[in-house]
Amino acid sequence: MGPATVAQSALDPAGPQAAQLSHLWWVMFWVCTSVFLVVIAIVASAVLRRNSEPTPDRLLTGSVAFGVGATVAILFGFLVISFITGRAVASTVDAGAVTITVTGQQWWWNVEYIDPAPNLRVRTANEIHIPVGRPIVFNLASRDVIHSFWVPNLHGKRDLIPGYQTSFWLQADRPGVYRGQCAEFCGHQHAWMALYVTAESDAEYKRWLAAQREPAVEPGSDITRRGQELFLKSTCTQCHTIRGTIAGAVSGPDLTHVASRGSLAAGTLSNTREHIERWVRDPQQAKPGNRMPPNAMSDDDLHALSAYLESLK
Amino acid sequence: MKVVMAILAVSVLVACEREKREFHQSGIVPQTTPVTDLYPGGGTPHAAERSKYEGNAYALSQGKMLFSAYNCTGCHANGGGGMGPALMDDQWIYGYEPDQVYKSILEGRPNGMPTFRGKIPDEQLGEIAAYVRSLSGQAPKAAAPGRDDHMSGKPAESSTEKRSPKISALPPSAVQ
Repeated sequence: MGPATVAQSALDPAGPQAAQLSHLWWVMFWVCTSVFLVVIAIVASAVLRRNSEPTPDRLLTGSVAFGVGATVAILFGFLVISFITGRAVASTVDAGAVTITVTGQQWWWNVEYIDPAPNLRVRTANEIHIPVGRPIVFNLASRDVIHSFWVPNLHGKRDLIPGYQTSFWLQADRPGVYRGQCAEFCGHQHAWMALYVTAESDAEYKRWLAAQREPAVEPGSDITRRGQELFLKSTCTQCHTIRGTIAGAVSGPDLTHVASRGSLAAGTLSNTREHIERWVRDPQQAKPGNRMPPNAMSDDDLHALSAYLESLK
Repeated sequence: MKVVMAILAVSVLVACEREKREFHQSGIVPQTTPVTDLYPGGGTPHAAERSKYEGNAYALSQGKMLFSAYNCTGCHANGGGGMGPALMDDQWIYGYEPDQVYKSILEGRPNGMPTFRGKIPDEQLGEIAAYVRSLSGQAPKAAAPGRDDHMSGKPAESSTEKRSPKISALPPSAVQ
């Protein structure tokens, strides 16, 4: 089901910007490799030279001038090609783009699909779905410290600055699940601040978006009803939203459709019943320093709560 | 002599102790029925335990983060007050000791302050209480937060003058 996971690499571009950046990288790689080989060859020839007579000054001046000239020319060439790539990557986007606001916080990504009609906006976390072949505009902000949004297969890095919104756009040319991560050190769990971008066909994307717009499913069995009751009467509601219930806080990830996501805690754990229980009971064990407090509850209550969370497709 | 100096230099480095960050918390501890233990003047039994958060920069900045995350700002603004009383002045209606502030958050108070019993874990309550006290300069300056994430209308907690707290027996609205 769904597109396959693609290895996270800036050298396997899946979009126009990433292709430009990858091209620039390869040009620089081959030029620098050639320069390195030439320099090594010259040094080797000097070391192995039998003749011990001193080099005439005229020849020495000539080679130094050539070396400096070649370095300046190559660096200037890099400057020009970087400028051209920078312009191409930063070009403005046509109308009709999907707009997504991503807010970084320690240590997860709040994702909001922007729509002129407020009731059609969708809030989710850590997993972004986008249609293939359409430009996607990202508005990036931070709630605490500087983070950096980086999905190497699709684009370069872009910092998320507190109190300042930046924007850029990207596009995926082929379907796949692309892993991204925070690329600016942001505290204890910087390493576990991952996100997944799922690029899929327009029809699949629309189906996903429509499902995300729905409020959470009502619990259908005794155990999930008990789970919902526990959720609504405990600490959970201080931070989390489940649309369709009274839980509406925005400090933590939106859990309305948490079971539709593949991972927990920004890519730290896979989304299984066992991991939900482990996470809820003692989040500090799985991801020390994260903002979620532990929840001392009986095994029965924990099973009910995890059954409820698992039902939120 | 050089050897002695080297040993001294190393021992000075070793003496630097990094402030501890407590990640492992106990969560919600079931509490007994609320019993009024407001303390007229004097200290409180748990004051020492609660005040451990006040000298810890991490705990205070967590308290500051939670103060806005849990929407304390909805009524108390960023300390200046609004629907609820100001927290950065020297007037305290229900006591200023760490334990009293903790109890006010835990139990709620008449005329609007809701109870957060069962909603906020014990450690976080301690952190928020310590931060609330730092708003009027009651926490050590070296540990109090030095910057704001919101627009600053007042100096940060670390540069707030320490006010000498007073118990105002009645809410200011009742006195007028």
